Amino acid sequence: MKYLLLIYSNEADWANVSEAEQGKIFEAYMEFSRSIYKSKHYLAGEALQPVATATTVRARNGKTLATDGPFAETREQLGGFYMIEAKDLDEAIAIAGRIPSAGFGCVEVRPIMETPPVG
Amino acid sequence: MDIGGLYRDERQHALATLIRLLGDFDLAEEMLQEAFTTAVETWPRDGAPANPVAWLVSTARHKAIDRLRRAATLDAKRAQVASQETAVAFTEPALDEEPLTDDRLRLIFTCCHPALAPETQVALTLKTLCGLSVDEIARAFLVPGPTMAQRLVRAKGKIRIALIPYDVPGADRLAERLDGVLRVVYLVFNEGYAPTGGSGLPRHELCLEAIRLARLVHALLPGEPEAAGLLALLLLQDSRRVARFDASGDLVTLEEQERARWDREEIAEGSRLAERALRSGRPGFYGIQAAIAAIHGQAERASDTDWRQIAILYALLLRGHPSPVVALNHAAAVAMAQGPERGLALLEALERAGDLADFHLLPAARADLLRRLGRDREATDAYREALRTVGNDAERRYLERRLREVG
Repeated sequence: MKYLLLIYSNEADWANVSEAEQGKIFEAYMEFSRSIYKSKHYLAGEALQPVATATTVRARNGKTLATDGPFAETREQLGGFYMIEAKDLDEAIAIAGRIPSAGFGCVEVRPIMETPPVG
Repeated sequence: MDIGGLYRDERQHALATLIRLLGDFDLAEEMLQEAFTTAVETWPRDGAPANPVAWLVSTARHKAIDRLRRAATLDAKRAQVASQETAVAFTEPALDEEPLTDDRLRLIFTCCHPALAPETQVALTLKTLCGLSVDEIARAFLVPGPTMAQRLVRAKGKIRIALIPYDVPGADRLAERLDGVLRVVYLVFNEGYAPTGGSGLPRHELCLEAIRLARLVHALLPGEPEAAGLLALLLLQDSRRVARFDASGDLVTLEEQERARWDREEIAEGSRLAERALRSGRPGFYGIQAAIAAIHGQAERASDTDWRQIAILYALLLRGHPSPVVALNHAAAVAMAQGPERGLALLEALERAGDLADFHLLPAARADLLRRLGRDREATDAYREALRTVGNDAERRYLERRLREVG
C-alpha cells in the first residue's frame, strides 16, 4: 500500500533556528531518506519552497483565477512530503515518526487511492 | 446441537477470525449470519460437525469467496481473499485447538488502534467484540442511533482503506498499545459504573461487558501485570455494585455501604489478581488502584480499613501517575490515616495549585473533612460550592443531603 506523508511545521519558527541547527536537521533528512531508500519504502520525496511562494488556482466558468498564497492559512504549513510503500498503517506510522520534522512539527499519513494507471 | 447457544457464546469468536480472513467487517458479519442460517437448515438433518466453530468460519469464508467471485468487478478484493487460501489451508488444522482466541486479541488491538478516535475505539470494540447493536451502543453513549452508525461506518472504512492491521503489536510496542486497549476497557466500565450524564444511574450491562473484555485480555496476555491489574480493579469495583445505591437510588459512600451486600466472590478473585499484579514488581495505574480497592474489600467494617496502607499506595500511584484526581484521593486517605487536619492541608495545597478549578470533587472532599472537624459553617460553604459544578443527579442528591446535615 502506498502512503503520502505530508510534513507540516511552523515556518515562522524556522526563522529562529540557527544555521548550525538547520544544517543538523538537513543532515538528519538526508540520513532518513537514505535509510528508507535502502529499506525499499521510498517512492518519492521533496521539500517545498515556503508558503510565501505559493499560488492558489481555481478554474471557474472557463476562466482560470490565480491568487497569492496557500489554499488555507494554518498555524503549521505544508513543507514537504514523502511517498512511501508500507505493508500497513502501523509500518507507515513508524516511518512517519522517524521523519525529523515529526520531532517539532507533525506528519499527516494519507493512504493513496488505487486508480488505474494513466495511458 | 444447540445452535442458539452456539450463536450466543461463539459468534464473536468466529466473527473475529472471519474479519481477519476477509479483511472486511461488514462482509464478515453478513457471511457469518448466512453460515448460521445454513447451520440451522442442515445440522438437524445431517448432524452437527465435530468442530462447529471451525465449520461456521470455513462455511462463511466460502460464501464470501463465492460472493466475490460473482461480483466480477471486485477483482482486487477477490485477489486479496484468494491469496489467503494457501495461508488458510495451512493454518486450518489449528482450528481444532484454540486459534480463535488469538483472533479476538488481534481484533481488539485493531478496534483500539490509536489512529481511530477514542470514542470510536470504544464503540467499535462494543460492536465487534461484545456484539452490542448499534442502537444499544448509541443509547449507552447518549448519541442518536444514526450518528453512532455513521461513526462506525467511517471507522470500518478507515481500517479497510488505510490498512490498519489485524495484528497483536510486536514486543517493542506491545506495552504502549496495550495501554490503549486497557483504557478502552476501563472507559466502557466507567461509562457503566458512573455515567457522565443523565440520571447518573449505573448501566450494569456495560460493566459486565468491560469485565468480559478484561478477562479476555488477561487470559491472552497473562504475563502483563496491568492486564491482571485492570481485571482485578473492575471486579473489585463491581463487587460493591448493589451496595452503592440505597432504595431511593441515592449514592451511598464507601464508608456507609452495607458490606454484607458486597460480592465476596468478586472480592476474592479481584484480591488474588491485585496481589499478583503488585508482586510482579512493576505494578501500574490499574494494579495499584486494584490493590487499594482490595484493601477496602477486605475490611469487614469501615473502621477496620487499613488507611495507612491505602495512603502509601496512593502516594505510589501519585508518583507514577500524577493527576489532580489521584492527589485528591491521596489527601483523603491521609486524612483517614493521620487525621482530617493533615488531609485538609493537602487539599488546600491542591486548591492553591489551581489544577482542579471547577472540579466538584475538590470542594466536596474539603466539605467532608470540614464536617468531620465540626467546622460546620465552612463545610456548608464548601458543599454549596461543590453543588455548583456537580455532574449528575445521584451525586447532587448526596451533596444536598450532607448540606442539610451541616446547615
